Amino acid sequence: MRDTFSRTLYQVAKADPKVCIVVADISPAGSMQQYREEFPERFTNVGVAEQAMIGLCAGMAMRGMKPFAYTIATFAIYRPFEQVRVDLCYQNLPVTVVGIGGGLTYSVLGGTHHAQEDIAVMSALPNMSILAPCDPLETEAAVWACARHPGPMYLRLGKAGEPVLTANAPEPFEFGRARCIKRGAGTCVLSFGLVTKMALELTAKIEREQGGQVAAYSIHTLKPLDREGLSRILAQYDRVIVVEEHSVVGGLGQQLKALAFESGARCRLHAFSLRDEFIHCYGSHDDLLKAHGLHPDLLYAKIFA
Amino acid sequence: MTSPARGTTRFTPSPGPATKPPFDPVQARTRCWRMRKRILQVSQKVSALHIGGAFSCLEIVDTIYHGVMRRGADGNSPDTFILSKGHGSMAQYAVLEEMGIIPPEEMDLTCQPGGRRATHPDYGLPGIEASTGSLGHGLALAVGMSLADGIQQHDRLVYVVMSDGELEEGSVWEVMMLAPSLGVKNVIAVVDLNDFQSLGRTSKILPNFYPVAEKIRAFGWEAVEVDGHSPQAVHDAIVGRKGGRPLMVVARTIKGKGVSYMENVPMWHYRSPNPQEYQQALDELDRAHRE
Repeated sequence: MRDTFSRTLYQVAKADPKVCIVVADISPAGSMQQYREEFPERFTNVGVAEQAMIGLCAGMAMRGMKPFAYTIATFAIYRPFEQVRVDLCYQNLPVTVVGIGGGLTYSVLGGTHHAQEDIAVMSALPNMSILAPCDPLETEAAVWACARHPGPMYLRLGKAGEPVLTANAPEPFEFGRARCIKRGAGTCVLSFGLVTKMALELTAKIEREQGGQVAAYSIHTLKPLDREGLSRILAQYDRVIVVEEHSVVGGLGQQLKALAFESGARCRLHAFSLRDEFIHCYGSHDDLLKAHGLHPDLLYAKIFA
Repeated sequence: MTSPARGTTRFTPSPGPATKPPFDPVQARTRCWRMRKRILQVSQKVSALHIGGAFSCLEIVDTIYHGVMRRGADGNSPDTFILSKGHGSMAQYAVLEEMGIIPPEEMDLTCQPGGRRATHPDYGLPGIEASTGSLGHGLALAVGMSLADGIQQHDRLVYVVMSDGELEEGSVWEVMMLAPSLGVKNVIAVVDLNDFQSLGRTSKILPNFYPVAEKIRAFGWEAVEVDGHSPQAVHDAIVGRKGGRPLMVVARTIKGKGVSYMENVPMWHYRSPNPQEYQQALDELDRAHRE
Protein backbone atom coordinates (compact mmCIF):
# COMPACT_ATOMS: atom_id res chain seq x y z
CA MET A 1 0.00 0.00 0.00
CA ARG A 2 2.90 2.35 0.79
CA ASP A 3 4.38 1.88 -2.66
CA THR A 4 0.98 2.18 -4.32
CA PHE A 5 0.40 5.35 -2.36
CA SER A 6 3.61 7.00 -3.50
CA ARG A 7 3.26 5.81 -7.10
CA THR A 8 -0.26 7.20 -7.20
CA LEU A 9 0.70 10.41 -5.44
CA TYR A 10 3.31 10.95 -8.16
CA GLN A 11 0.58 10.59 -10.80
CA VAL A 12 -1.78 12.86 -8.90
CA ALA A 13 0.92 15.50 -8.38
CA LYS A 14 1.78 15.33 -12.07
CA ALA A 15 -1.84 16.00 -12.98
CA ASP A 16 -2.42 18.70 -10.36
CA PRO A 17 0.29 21.25 -9.46
CA LYS A 18 -1.56 22.03 -6.22
CA VAL A 19 -0.92 18.60 -4.74
CA CYS A 20 1.97 18.44 -2.26
CA ILE A 21 3.13 16.25 0.63
CA VAL A 22 4.40 17.06 4.11
CA VAL A 23 5.99 14.19 6.02
CA ALA A 24 7.13 13.96 9.63
CA ASP A 25 10.37 12.05 9.26
CA ILE A 26 8.55 8.98 7.93
CA SER A 27 8.36 8.52 4.22
CA PRO A 28 7.79 5.74 1.72
CA ALA A 29 11.48 6.19 0.95
CA GLY A 30 12.27 4.24 -2.21
CA SER A 31 9.01 4.72 -3.99
CA MET A 32 8.94 8.49 -3.35
CA GLN A 33 12.17 8.94 -5.30
CA GLN A 34 10.52 9.84 -8.59
CA TYR A 35 8.17 12.29 -6.88
CA ARG A 36 11.00 13.97 -4.99
CA GLU A 37 13.13 14.28 -8.12
CA GLU A 38 10.39 15.87 -10.19
CA PHE A 39 8.62 17.93 -7.54
CA PRO A 40 11.25 18.74 -4.90
CA GLU A 41 9.50 21.97 -3.89
CA ARG A 42 6.31 20.03 -3.21
CA PHE A 43 7.96 17.64 -0.72
CA THR A 44 8.49 18.94 2.81
CA ASN A 45 9.94 17.02 5.74
CA VAL A 46 9.23 18.81 9.00
CA GLY A 47 11.16 16.32 11.10
CA VAL A 48 9.61 14.67 14.13
CA ALA A 49 7.06 17.46 14.56
CA GLU A 50 3.55 16.23 13.84
CA GLN A 51 1.74 19.32 15.16
CA ALA A 52 3.75 21.40 12.74
CA MET A 53 3.03 18.88 9.95
CA ILE A 54 -0.73 19.35 10.29
CA GLY A 55 -0.55 23.11 10.89
CA LEU A 56 1.66 23.64 7.84
CA CYS A 57 -0.68 21.55 5.69
CA ALA A 58 -3.60 23.69 6.87
CA GLY A 59 -1.76 26.89 5.96
CA MET A 60 -0.88 25.48 2.54
CA ALA A 61 -4.51 24.47 1.96
CA MET A 62 -5.58 28.02 2.91
CA ARG A 63 -3.45 29.13 -0.03
CA GLY A 64 -5.29 26.80 -2.41
CA MET A 65 -2.99 23.78 -2.29
CA LYS A 66 -4.05 20.17 -1.68
CA PRO A 67 -1.61 18.81 0.86
CA PHE A 68 -1.14 15.24 2.02
CA ALA A 69 0.27 14.86 5.54
CA TYR A 70 2.05 11.54 5.95
CA THR A 71 3.35 9.51 8.85
CA ILE A 72 2.53 6.47 11.01
CA ALA A 73 -1.19 6.51 11.81
CA THR A 74 -0.90 6.99 15.58
CA PHE A 75 1.43 9.97 15.15
CA ALA A 76 -0.56 11.39 12.25
CA ILE A 77 -3.81 11.82 14.18
CA TYR A 78 -3.30 11.31 17.92
CA ARG A 79 -0.25 13.47 18.61
CA PRO A 80 -1.60 16.48 16.65
CA PHE A 81 -5.26 15.75 17.41
CA GLU A 82 -6.16 19.34 18.16
CA GLN A 83 -4.48 20.55 14.97
CA VAL A 84 -6.55 17.98 13.06
CA ARG A 85 -9.69 19.14 14.84
CA VAL A 86 -9.21 22.92 14.72
CA ASP A 87 -6.92 23.58 11.77
CA LEU A 88 -8.38 20.98 9.41
CA CYS A 89 -11.92 20.15 10.53
CA TYR A 90 -13.13 23.41 12.06
CA GLN A 91 -11.78 25.33 9.09
CA ASN A 92 -12.89 22.54 6.74
CA LEU A 93 -9.71 22.44 4.65
CA PRO A 94 -8.85 19.95 1.88
CA VAL A 95 -5.98 18.15 3.62
CA THR A 96 -5.54 14.39 3.54
CA VAL A 97 -3.94 12.92 6.64
CA VAL A 98 -2.34 9.63 5.62
CA GLY A 99 -1.94 7.16 8.46
CA ILE A 100 0.42 4.32 7.65
CA GLY A 101 0.05 1.14 9.67
CA GLY A 102 -3.62 1.51 10.55
CA GLY A 103 -4.99 -1.04 13.01
CA LEU A 104 -2.43 -3.52 14.35
CA THR A 105 -0.22 -3.49 11.24
CA TYR A 106 2.86 -2.53 13.26
CA SER A 107 2.38 -5.66 15.33
CA VAL A 108 5.76 -6.07 17.02
CA LEU A 109 6.21 -2.33 17.57
CA GLY A 110 3.63 -2.54 20.31
CA GLY A 111 0.72 -0.52 21.54
CA THR A 112 2.34 2.88 20.94
CA HIS A 113 2.18 2.10 17.22
CA HIS A 114 -1.25 0.48 17.03
CA ALA A 115 -4.09 2.65 15.68
CA GLN A 116 -6.99 0.52 16.86
CA GLU A 117 -9.47 3.30 17.69
CA ASP A 118 -8.61 5.72 14.86
CA ILE A 119 -11.90 5.36 12.98
CA ALA A 120 -13.92 6.15 16.13
CA VAL A 121 -11.80 9.16 16.98
CA MET A 122 -11.79 10.59 13.45
CA SER A 123 -15.49 9.80 12.94
CA ALA A 124 -16.37 12.04 15.87
CA LEU A 125 -14.94 15.10 14.12
CA PRO A 126 -17.37 17.21 12.07
CA ASN A 127 -16.32 17.67 8.41
CA MET A 128 -13.86 14.76 8.56
CA SER A 129 -14.13 11.97 5.98
CA ILE A 130 -12.45 8.59 6.32
CA LEU A 131 -11.17 6.15 3.72
CA ALA A 132 -9.70 2.73 4.49
CA PRO A 133 -8.99 0.86 1.22
CA CYS A 134 -8.63 -2.91 1.41
CA ASP A 135 -5.90 -3.54 -1.15
CA PRO A 136 -3.43 -1.79 -3.48
CA LEU A 137 -6.06 -1.31 -6.21
CA GLU A 138 -8.47 0.43 -3.84
CA THR A 139 -5.54 2.43 -2.45
CA GLU A 140 -4.86 3.84 -5.90
CA ALA A 141 -8.51 4.83 -6.34
CA ALA A 142 -8.60 6.24 -2.80
CA VAL A 143 -5.60 8.52 -3.33
CA TRP A 144 -7.27 10.01 -6.41
CA ALA A 145 -10.48 10.45 -4.39
CA CYS A 146 -8.53 12.25 -1.65
CA ALA A 147 -6.99 14.67 -4.13
CA ARG A 148 -10.46 15.53 -5.44
CA HIS A 149 -12.07 15.82 -2.01
CA PRO A 150 -13.00 19.35 -0.89
CA GLY A 151 -12.53 18.81 2.88
CA PRO A 152 -10.34 17.01 5.40
CA MET A 153 -9.77 13.29 4.95
CA TYR A 154 -8.17 10.57 7.02
CA LEU A 155 -6.68 7.90 4.74
CA ARG A 156 -5.98 4.74 6.70
CA LEU A 157 -3.43 2.54 4.98
CA GLY A 158 -1.55 -0.65 5.83
CA LYS A 159 2.14 -1.11 5.27
CA ALA A 160 3.61 -3.14 2.44
CA GLY A 161 3.02 -6.36 0.56
CA GLU A 162 -0.78 -6.49 0.79
CA PRO A 163 -2.39 -8.86 -1.76
CA VAL A 164 -4.74 -7.65 -4.48
CA LEU A 165 -8.31 -8.57 -3.49
CA THR A 166 -10.48 -6.56 -5.82
CA ALA A 167 -9.17 -7.35 -9.32
CA ASN A 168 -12.44 -9.09 -10.19
CA ALA A 169 -14.78 -7.03 -8.02
CA PRO A 170 -18.21 -6.70 -9.64
CA GLU A 171 -18.52 -3.05 -8.61
CA PRO A 172 -16.10 -0.15 -9.06
CA PHE A 173 -14.64 1.93 -6.22
CA GLU A 174 -16.74 4.99 -5.55
CA PHE A 175 -16.14 7.35 -2.62
CA GLY A 176 -18.98 7.11 -0.11
CA ARG A 177 -20.39 3.85 -1.50
CA ALA A 178 -20.32 0.38 0.04
CA ARG A 179 -18.64 -1.73 -2.63
CA CYS A 180 -19.54 -5.31 -3.46
CA ILE A 181 -16.26 -7.12 -4.13
CA LYS A 182 -17.74 -10.64 -4.35
CA ARG A 183 -21.26 -11.66 -5.24
CA GLY A 184 -23.30 -14.05 -3.11
CA ALA A 185 -26.67 -14.64 -1.53
CA GLY A 186 -28.05 -15.26 1.94
CA THR A 187 -24.90 -14.33 3.83
CA CYS A 188 -22.51 -11.43 3.37
CA VAL A 189 -19.33 -10.24 5.09
CA LEU A 190 -18.52 -6.54 5.47
CA SER A 191 -15.03 -5.32 6.11
CA PHE A 192 -12.54 -2.53 5.40
CA GLY A 193 -8.79 -2.17 5.24
CA LEU A 194 -6.29 -5.01 5.50
CA VAL A 195 -8.49 -7.41 7.43
CA THR A 196 -10.70 -7.70 4.33
CA LYS A 197 -8.30 -10.48 3.36
CA MET A 198 -9.48 -12.41 6.43
CA ALA A 199 -13.09 -11.57 5.62
CA LEU A 200 -12.62 -13.22 2.23
CA GLU A 201 -11.03 -16.28 3.87
CA LEU A 202 -14.09 -16.45 6.08
CA THR A 203 -16.42 -16.36 3.06
CA ALA A 204 -14.45 -19.22 1.53
CA LYS A 205 -14.70 -21.25 4.74
CA ILE A 206 -18.43 -20.67 5.03
CA GLU A 207 -18.89 -21.72 1.40
CA ARG A 208 -16.83 -24.87 1.98
CA GLU A 209 -18.67 -25.85 5.14
CA GLN A 210 -22.18 -24.60 4.43
CA GLY A 211 -22.36 -24.45 0.65
CA GLY A 212 -23.75 -21.53 -1.37
CA GLN A 213 -22.08 -18.27 -2.33
CA VAL A 214 -21.22 -15.74 0.36
CA ALA A 215 -21.04 -12.07 -0.67
CA ALA A 216 -18.32 -9.67 0.46
CA TYR A 217 -18.27 -5.89 0.63
CA SER A 218 -15.48 -3.39 1.11
CA ILE A 219 -16.80 -0.55 3.28
CA HIS A 220 -13.83 1.59 2.30
CA THR A 221 -15.58 4.85 3.17
CA LEU A 222 -16.13 4.87 6.94
CA LYS A 223 -17.32 8.46 6.92
CA PRO A 224 -19.66 9.47 5.48
CA LEU A 225 -21.00 5.97 5.93
CA ASP A 226 -23.13 4.74 3.04
CA ARG A 227 -26.27 4.48 5.17
CA GLU A 228 -28.49 3.85 2.17
CA GLY A 229 -26.32 1.10 0.74
CA LEU A 230 -25.84 -0.51 4.15
CA SER A 231 -29.58 -0.41 4.87
CA ARG A 232 -30.13 -2.21 1.57
CA ILE A 233 -27.54 -4.82 2.54
CA LEU A 234 -29.22 -5.29 5.94
CA ALA A 235 -32.54 -5.85 4.16
CA GLN A 236 -31.16 -8.03 1.40
CA TYR A 237 -29.20 -10.68 3.35
CA ASP A 238 -30.34 -13.06 6.08
CA ARG A 239 -27.00 -12.98 7.79
CA VAL A 240 -24.63 -10.02 7.87
CA ILE A 241 -21.15 -10.40 9.34
CA VAL A 242 -18.77 -7.53 10.12
CA VAL A 243 -15.05 -8.21 10.43
CA GLU A 244 -13.12 -5.12 11.41
CA GLU A 245 -9.62 -4.36 12.57
CA HIS A 246 -10.83 -1.65 14.90
CA SER A 247 -12.00 -1.30 18.46
CA VAL A 248 -15.50 -2.46 19.26
CA VAL A 249 -16.11 1.15 20.35
CA GLY A 250 -17.22 3.40 17.52
CA GLY A 251 -16.25 1.24 14.59
CA LEU A 252 -18.24 -0.18 11.70
CA GLY A 253 -19.83 -2.91 13.83
CA GLN A 254 -21.34 -0.51 16.34
CA GLN A 255 -22.51 1.88 13.67
CA LEU A 256 -24.06 -0.93 11.66
CA LYS A 257 -25.95 -2.19 14.72
CA ALA A 258 -27.40 1.28 15.25
CA LEU A 259 -28.35 1.44 11.58
CA ALA A 260 -29.94 -2.03 11.76
CA PHE A 261 -32.10 -0.88 14.66
CA GLU A 262 -33.08 2.36 12.93
CA SER A 263 -33.91 0.60 9.65
CA GLY A 264 -35.83 -2.23 11.36
CA ALA A 265 -33.52 -4.87 9.91
CA ARG A 266 -34.53 -8.50 10.46
CA CYS A 267 -31.24 -10.18 9.53
CA ARG A 268 -28.85 -11.87 11.95
CA LEU A 269 -25.97 -9.52 12.59
CA HIS A 270 -22.56 -10.63 13.84
CA ALA A 271 -19.91 -7.99 14.49
CA PHE A 272 -16.30 -8.95 15.18
CA SER A 273 -14.00 -6.17 16.26
CA LEU A 274 -10.82 -5.63 18.25
CA ARG A 275 -11.30 -5.73 21.99
CA ASP A 276 -11.39 -2.44 23.88
CA GLU A 277 -8.00 -3.24 25.39
CA PHE A 278 -4.26 -2.74 25.01
CA ILE A 279 -3.38 -6.40 24.84
CA HIS A 280 0.43 -6.36 25.35
CA CYS A 281 0.87 -9.40 23.16
CA TYR A 282 3.43 -9.71 20.38
CA GLY A 283 4.04 -11.66 17.23
CA SER A 284 2.94 -11.23 13.64
CA HIS A 285 0.02 -9.08 12.53
CA ASP A 286 -2.08 -12.26 12.26
CA ASP A 287 -0.99 -13.34 15.76
CA LEU A 288 -2.27 -10.07 17.21
CA LEU A 289 -5.55 -10.27 15.32
CA LYS A 290 -5.99 -13.80 16.65
CA ALA A 291 -5.29 -12.61 20.18
CA HIS A 292 -8.19 -10.21 19.67
CA GLY A 293 -10.32 -13.12 18.50
CA LEU A 294 -10.04 -12.41 14.80
CA HIS A 295 -9.19 -15.60 12.89
CA PRO A 296 -11.35 -17.31 10.23
CA ASP A 297 -11.72 -20.51 12.31
CA LEU A 298 -12.60 -18.61 15.51
CA LEU A 299 -15.10 -16.43 13.67
CA TYR A 300 -16.68 -19.40 11.92
CA ALA A 301 -17.07 -21.24 15.24
CA LYS A 302 -18.78 -18.23 16.82
CA ILE A 303 -21.13 -17.64 13.89
CA PHE A 304 -22.24 -21.26 13.64
CA ALA A 305 -22.05 -22.17 17.32
CA MET B 1 -24.02 40.82 3.77
CA THR B 2 -22.76 37.54 2.38
CA SER B 3 -22.89 34.49 4.58
CA PRO B 4 -19.62 33.11 5.87
CA ALA B 5 -18.03 30.68 3.45
CA ARG B 6 -14.91 28.60 3.72
CA GLY B 7 -11.93 30.43 2.29
CA THR B 8 -13.60 33.83 2.18
CA THR B 9 -10.83 36.39 2.50
CA ARG B 10 -12.28 39.80 1.88
CA PHE B 11 -9.11 41.63 2.73
CA THR B 12 -6.33 39.86 0.87
CA PRO B 13 -7.52 38.32 -2.37
CA SER B 14 -5.23 40.06 -4.87
CA PRO B 15 -1.68 38.90 -5.46
CA GLY B 16 0.45 41.28 -7.53
CA PRO B 17 2.29 44.53 -7.21
CA ALA B 18 1.20 46.42 -4.15
CA THR B 19 2.72 49.16 -2.04
CA LYS B 20 3.04 49.90 1.64
CA PRO B 21 0.71 52.65 2.83
CA PRO B 22 2.09 55.86 4.34
CA PHE B 23 2.30 55.66 8.12
CA ASP B 24 1.24 58.42 10.51
CA PRO B 25 1.84 57.67 14.21
CA VAL B 26 -0.38 60.56 15.32
CA GLN B 27 -3.35 59.18 13.43
CA ALA B 28 -2.53 55.74 14.83
CA ARG B 29 -2.77 57.07 18.39
CA THR B 30 -6.09 58.74 17.64
CA ARG B 31 -7.46 55.55 16.13
CA CYS B 32 -6.35 53.49 19.14
CA TRP B 33 -8.02 55.97 21.53
CA ARG B 34 -11.24 55.71 19.51
CA MET B 35 -11.02 51.91 19.32
CA ARG B 36 -10.40 51.45 23.06
CA LYS B 37 -13.61 53.39 23.73
CA ARG B 38 -15.46 51.36 21.11
CA ILE B 39 -14.30 48.07 22.65
CA LEU B 40 -15.44 49.28 26.07
CA GLN B 41 -18.80 50.19 24.56
CA VAL B 42 -19.23 46.66 23.16
CA SER B 43 -18.15 45.23 26.52
CA GLN B 44 -21.25 46.70 28.13
CA LYS B 45 -23.30 43.95 26.48
CA VAL B 46 -20.81 41.07 26.82
CA SER B 47 -19.58 39.65 30.11
CA ALA B 48 -16.29 38.08 29.00
CA LEU B 49 -14.96 40.19 26.17
CA HIS B 50 -11.27 39.71 27.09
CA ILE B 51 -10.48 43.43 27.11
CA GLY B 52 -7.08 43.14 28.79
CA GLY B 53 -5.43 41.21 25.97
CA ALA B 54 -7.15 43.32 23.32
CA PHE B 55 -5.82 46.54 24.86
CA SER B 56 -2.29 45.16 25.12
CA CYS B 57 -2.08 44.33 21.40
CA LEU B 58 -4.18 47.18 19.96
CA GLU B 59 -1.29 49.36 18.74
CA ILE B 60 0.40 46.28 17.27
CA VAL B 61 -2.68 45.15 15.33
CA ASP B 62 -3.50 48.68 14.19
CA THR B 63 0.06 49.33 13.01
CA ILE B 64 0.21 46.12 11.01
CA TYR B 65 -3.08 46.80 9.21
CA HIS B 66 -2.67 50.54 8.73
CA GLY B 67 1.07 50.94 8.60
CA VAL B 68 2.70 47.98 6.89
CA MET B 69 0.32 45.67 5.03
CA ARG B 70 0.61 46.50 1.37
CA ARG B 71 -2.34 47.71 -0.67
CA GLY B 72 -3.00 46.91 -4.29
CA ALA B 73 -4.59 49.42 -6.67
CA ASP B 74 -8.00 48.12 -5.65
CA GLY B 75 -7.30 48.56 -1.93
CA ASN B 76 -6.79 44.88 -1.35
CA SER B 77 -3.59 43.57 0.15
CA PRO B 78 -1.52 40.59 -0.94
CA ASP B 79 -0.51 40.22 2.70
CA THR B 80 -2.25 38.20 5.39
CA PHE B 81 -2.95 38.92 9.03
CA ILE B 82 -3.46 36.11 11.56
CA LEU B 83 -4.39 36.85 15.15
CA SER B 84 -2.90 33.75 16.73
CA LYS B 85 -3.83 35.06 20.20
CA GLY B 86 -7.47 34.77 19.24
CA HIS B 87 -8.70 36.05 22.61
CA GLY B 88 -7.49 39.50 21.53
CA SER B 89 -10.15 39.47 18.79
CA MET B 90 -11.70 42.77 19.90
CA ALA B 91 -8.53 44.55 18.81
CA GLN B 92 -8.81 42.98 15.36
CA TYR B 93 -12.57 43.57 15.10
CA ALA B 94 -12.13 47.22 16.08
CA VAL B 95 -9.48 47.70 13.39
CA LEU B 96 -11.64 45.89 10.82
CA GLU B 97 -14.56 48.12 11.78
CA GLU B 98 -12.41 51.25 11.35
CA MET B 99 -11.49 49.94 7.90
CA GLY B 100 -15.12 49.35 6.94
CA ILE B 101 -14.75 45.56 6.78
CA ILE B 102 -17.00 44.97 9.80
CA PRO B 103 -20.16 47.14 9.70
CA PRO B 104 -21.01 48.88 13.03
CA GLU B 105 -24.27 46.96 13.36
CA GLU B 106 -22.35 43.68 13.14
CA MET B 107 -19.80 44.94 15.68
CA ASP B 108 -22.68 45.76 18.04
CA LEU B 109 -23.82 42.14 17.84
CA THR B 110 -20.44 40.69 18.88
CA CYS B 111 -21.11 37.64 21.05
CA GLN B 112 -24.87 38.32 20.80
CA PRO B 113 -27.62 36.12 19.38
CA GLY B 114 -27.98 36.96 15.70
CA GLY B 115 -24.37 38.14 15.49
CA ARG B 116 -21.56 36.14 13.95
CA ARG B 117 -18.46 37.47 15.68
CA ALA B 118 -17.35 35.47 18.70
CA THR B 119 -14.72 36.12 21.35
CA HIS B 120 -12.39 34.21 19.03
CA PRO B 121 -12.12 34.91 15.29
CA ASP B 122 -13.73 32.50 12.83
CA TYR B 123 -12.12 31.66 9.48
CA GLY B 124 -14.27 32.62 6.53
CA LEU B 125 -15.80 35.76 8.03
CA PRO B 126 -14.76 38.95 6.23
CA GLY B 127 -11.30 40.00 7.37
CA ILE B 128 -10.58 36.77 9.24
CA GLU B 129 -7.87 34.57 7.74
CA ALA B 130 -7.78 31.83 10.38
CA SER B 131 -9.86 30.37 13.19
CA THR B 132 -7.90 30.90 16.37
CA GLY B 133 -8.61 30.75 20.08
CA SER B 134 -6.64 27.65 20.88
CA LEU B 135 -3.12 28.95 21.38
CA GLY B 136 -0.17 27.72 19.37
CA HIS B 137 -1.84 27.30 15.99
CA GLY B 138 -1.31 30.55 14.11
CA LEU B 139 2.42 30.36 13.53
CA ALA B 140 2.18 26.97 11.81
CA LEU B 141 -0.63 28.24 9.58
CA ALA B 142 1.49 31.26 8.66
CA VAL B 143 4.53 29.15 7.81
CA GLY B 144 2.35 26.79 5.74
CA MET B 145 0.93 29.76 3.85
CA SER B 146 4.40 31.10 3.24
CA LEU B 147 5.64 27.73 1.98
CA ALA B 148 2.70 27.60 -0.42
CA ASP B 149 3.44 31.17 -1.54
CA GLY B 150 6.98 30.04 -2.32
CA ILE B 151 5.77 27.05 -4.35
CA GLN B 152 3.25 29.20 -6.21
CA GLN B 153 5.76 32.05 -6.58
CA HIS B 154 3.49 34.62 -4.98
CA ASP B 155 4.98 37.69 -3.31
CA ARG B 156 3.02 37.73 -0.06
CA LEU B 157 3.86 38.44 3.57
CA VAL B 158 2.13 36.79 6.50
CA TYR B 159 1.77 38.70 9.77
CA VAL B 160 1.04 36.82 12.99
CA VAL B 161 0.26 38.34 16.37
CA MET B 162 0.93 35.98 19.27
CA SER B 163 0.76 36.24 23.04
CA ASP B 164 3.64 35.58 25.41
CA GLY B 165 1.64 32.88 27.20
CA GLU B 166 1.20 31.27 23.79
CA LEU B 167 4.95 30.80 23.54
CA GLU B 168 4.56 28.12 26.21
CA GLU B 169 2.80 25.85 23.71
CA GLY B 170 5.16 23.18 22.34
CA SER B 171 3.62 23.52 18.88
CA VAL B 172 5.06 27.04 18.66
CA TRP B 173 8.59 25.75 19.12
CA GLU B 174 8.17 23.02 16.53
CA VAL B 175 7.51 25.78 14.05
CA MET B 176 10.18 28.11 15.47
CA MET B 177 12.69 25.35 14.83
CA LEU B 178 11.36 24.60 11.38
CA ALA B 179 10.63 27.89 9.69
CA PRO B 180 14.19 29.15 9.14
CA SER B 181 15.36 25.61 8.30
CA LEU B 182 12.72 25.39 5.57
CA GLY B 183 13.91 28.69 4.14
CA VAL B 184 10.75 30.57 5.10
CA LYS B 185 11.42 34.32 4.92
CA ASN B 186 8.08 36.04 4.61
CA VAL B 187 6.59 35.45 8.04
CA ILE B 188 6.57 38.36 10.48
CA ALA B 189 5.41 37.50 13.98
CA VAL B 190 4.82 40.00 16.76
CA VAL B 191 4.70 38.73 20.32
CA ASP B 192 2.46 40.74 22.62
CA LEU B 193 4.71 40.47 25.69
CA ASN B 194 2.31 41.73 28.34
CA ASP B 195 3.84 39.44 30.97
CA PHE B 196 0.50 38.05 32.01
CA GLN B 197 -1.21 34.72 31.62
CA SER B 198 -4.36 33.47 33.30
CA LEU B 199 -2.77 32.60 36.61
CA GLY B 200 -0.39 35.51 36.98
CA ARG B 201 2.82 37.08 35.76
CA THR B 202 4.54 35.02 33.10
CA SER B 203 7.94 36.15 34.41
CA LYS B 204 7.07 34.71 37.83
CA ILE B 205 5.46 31.51 36.57
CA LEU B 206 8.31 30.72 34.17
CA PRO B 207 11.29 32.92 35.10
CA ASN B 208 13.71 30.92 32.96
CA PHE B 209 11.69 31.78 29.88
CA TYR B 210 13.38 35.20 29.91
CA PRO B 211 15.01 36.81 28.05
CA VAL B 212 12.71 35.77 25.21
CA ALA B 213 14.35 37.40 22.19
CA GLU B 214 17.60 35.54 22.67
CA LYS B 215 15.80 32.18 22.54
CA ILE B 216 14.03 33.18 19.36
CA ARG B 217 17.34 34.19 17.77
CA ALA B 218 18.86 30.89 18.80
CA PHE B 219 16.27 29.18 16.58
CA GLY B 220 17.44 31.14 13.55
CA TRP B 221 14.95 33.98 13.53
CA GLU B 222 15.65 37.67 13.38
CA ALA B 223 14.34 39.13 16.65
CA VAL B 224 13.99 42.68 17.93
CA GLU B 225 12.47 44.10 21.11
CA VAL B 226 10.29 47.21 21.05
CA ASP B 227 7.72 49.17 23.03
CA GLY B 228 4.50 47.56 21.84
CA HIS B 229 2.40 50.60 22.61
CA SER B 230 4.47 52.81 20.32
CA PRO B 231 3.00 52.52 16.81
CA GLN B 232 6.18 54.13 15.46
CA ALA B 233 8.43 51.58 17.16
CA VAL B 234 6.37 48.62 15.96
CA HIS B 235 6.28 50.07 12.46
CA ASP B 236 10.04 50.70 12.37
CA ALA B 237 10.88 47.23 13.69
CA ILE B 238 8.88 45.59 10.90
CA VAL B 239 9.94 47.91 8.10
CA GLY B 240 13.55 47.82 9.21
CA ARG B 241 13.92 44.08 9.22
CA LYS B 242 17.10 42.72 7.70
CA GLY B 243 15.25 39.98 5.84
CA GLY B 244 16.40 36.64 4.54
CA ARG B 245 14.84 34.93 7.54
CA PRO B 246 11.55 35.19 9.43
CA LEU B 247 11.19 38.07 11.88
CA MET B 248 9.80 37.99 15.40
CA VAL B 249 9.16 41.31 17.07
CA VAL B 250 9.04 41.03 20.85
CA ALA B 251 6.73 43.88 21.80
CA ARG B 252 6.68 44.87 25.48
CA THR B 253 3.12 45.79 26.40
CA ILE B 254 0.84 46.36 29.37
CA LYS B 255 -2.19 44.17 29.78
CA GLY B 256 -5.30 46.38 29.96
CA LYS B 257 -3.26 49.36 28.67
CA GLY B 258 -5.01 52.73 29.00
CA VAL B 259 -7.37 52.05 31.89
CA SER B 260 -5.71 52.41 35.31
CA TYR B 261 -7.64 49.76 37.18
CA MET B 262 -7.26 47.23 34.38
CA GLU B 263 -3.53 47.58 33.86
CA ASN B 264 -1.67 44.48 35.02
CA VAL B 265 -4.69 43.11 36.90
CA PRO B 266 -5.33 39.50 35.80
CA MET B 267 -9.11 39.67 36.36
CA TRP B 268 -9.37 42.00 33.36
CA HIS B 269 -8.07 39.23 31.14
CA TYR B 270 -11.73 38.47 30.53
CA ARG B 271 -14.01 40.63 32.72
CA SER B 272 -16.15 43.47 31.41
CA PRO B 273 -16.53 46.72 33.41
CA ASN B 274 -19.78 47.65 35.18
CA PRO B 275 -21.46 50.98 34.21
CA GLN B 276 -19.51 52.96 36.80
CA GLU B 277 -16.20 51.38 35.84
CA TYR B 278 -17.10 51.93 32.20
CA GLN B 279 -17.54 55.67 32.73
CA GLN B 280 -14.27 55.91 34.64
CA ALA B 281 -12.47 54.11 31.81
CA LEU B 282 -13.88 56.49 29.20
CA ASP B 283 -12.86 59.50 31.30
CA GLU B 284 -9.34 58.20 31.71
CA LEU B 285 -8.95 57.51 28.01
CA ASP B 286 -10.26 60.96 27.06
CA ARG B 287 -8.01 62.67 29.58
CA ALA B 288 -4.95 60.79 28.36
CA HIS B 289 -5.81 61.56 24.76
CA ARG B 290 -6.18 65.32 25.44
CA GLU B 291 -2.77 65.33 27.08
